[in-house]
Amino acid sequence: MTSMKTKAIAETQMGELLPELAIPVTVTLINGGAIATRDYFPGHHDADAARELGSPHIFMNILTTTALVQRFVEQWAGPLAILKDIQLKLGAPNYPGDTMTFSGEVVERDEASSTLVVSLKGKNSMGNHATGKVTVVLPA
Amino acid sequence: MSKRDHAERRVLENNQETNLADQVLLEKVQAMVGREYGRVYAWDQVNAPMIRHWCEIMGIENPLYTDSNFARSQGYSDVVAPPGMLQVWCMGGLSPENFPAPSSQENNFEVLKVIDPYGYPAVVAVNSDLAFNRQIVAGERLYFTSKLDSVSEEKTTGLGTGFFVTVLMDYFSEKVDGNDEPVGQQLFRVFKFKPAHRADVKIEQKSASVIKRPLPGISDDTRFFWEGCDAGKLLIQRCTACQTLRHPPGPVCSECHSFDWDSVEASGKAQLYSFVVMHYPEVPPFNYPNPIGLIELEEGVRLIAGLVGVEPGTLQIGQRLQVEFHRFDEQQTLPQFRPVAG
Repeated sequence: MTSMKTKAIAETQMGELLPELAIPVTVTLINGGAIATRDYFPGHHDADAARELGSPHIFMNILTTTALVQRFVEQWAGPLAILKDIQLKLGAPNYPGDTMTFSGEVVERDEASSTLVVSLKGKNSMGNHATGKVTVVLPA
Repeated sequence: MSKRDHAERRVLENNQETNLADQVLLEKVQAMVGREYGRVYAWDQVNAPMIRHWCEIMGIENPLYTDSNFARSQGYSDVVAPPGMLQVWCMGGLSPENFPAPSSQENNFEVLKVIDPYGYPAVVAVNSDLAFNRQIVAGERLYFTSKLDSVSEEKTTGLGTGFFVTVLMDYFSEKVDGNDEPVGQQLFRVFKFKPAHRADVKIEQKSASVIKRPLPGISDDTRFFWEGCDAGKLLIQRCTACQTLRHPPGPVCSECHSFDWDSVEASGKAQLYSFVVMHYPEVPPFNYPNPIGLIELEEGVRLIAGLVGVEPGTLQIGQRLQVEFHRFDEQQTLPQFRPVAG
């Protein structure tokens, strides 16, 4: 649950580590995430189709990863934090049965504009599923 | 010309043919770079039910997205759309290239269809960079326009060989007065490729295999060391002729050339002789940044081992360390060193 309290810039520090977030990667999350993002590519919901493509199982779509990145940052920053951008690079696929653990760090911080940049990665058993950066503006 | 030379020459010729074909492909593709594509409209207005369904599966609980009273208390006219949904509104849906009128009939990823028949059947998304001008609220109708920004040279990655294709999209909110407002941008990059392992296509594996730490090669000279680790002891080889300690283990004493040896248990007290902190590339299953020490035991020999309990940037040459043993992957035990006071 996102804390109802939104952070103020004074409550953050350069180099601050975000609390880790471990997300179990399930068939339900991959399927449900694909459909909730209107992505009917068969590799995200049909295991036989995914195997035809050379994957051991269905794999998470990038729009679900985007959502989970938003969740990771927003759970820490609070509900009224405004995201200015989400930059995302995908690496190892997320297959069912794995766990993706997000870690992140404040790498830029501008007190005057209440703006932070969080650098993050979502790691699974095969390496980094996602690496990226999110720019967050906290309420003044 | 021998039969083998002939075969090699044929392979070479085939490669050249491939390259010739690629040259034609590259010219076709480069001619398309910079092409702009018309409006693609969202099927649905930004709406509360789609937002709620998205939040539910993603595990996002923020009343700004689901509680219109809360959103109004924050000055919005209705619930806010999560920024991560920007791309969702303009997805085609079940038929990925089917968009509502008056959407453009052009396909902004048509270059993939040009590349495909040259032997690059697979595609994966590799980058999505979203930027948001402002919050989007339920009731708005979105569309995007796009541009083929670039197609890379042919690249080989762990997945296979192919091309990185980058499309830029500009998202707009439609206004009744016609002054449509830009609300966000997206860089979307895919890899269009020839899979590296076509023979493995029918993998029967049910899920991903877990990547484990590599195991050491164990010989008669080194077995005592690894068995010591399993027993939670840091054992150092000792020449029984001249008592010299040595590490890494070997068959012969470098001081007196005796082949006779036994081992002694080290105290585990040590100091940091040198170190490196690995940042990149990140290789599974290790955690990064990954600090590795060249460690001098108080008995005088040095060994290389992982450092644990280290705050980034605080390692100091000469600092005191103590060994501890960690079990990895339920199959090996390794000595690791932790900084201690004094």
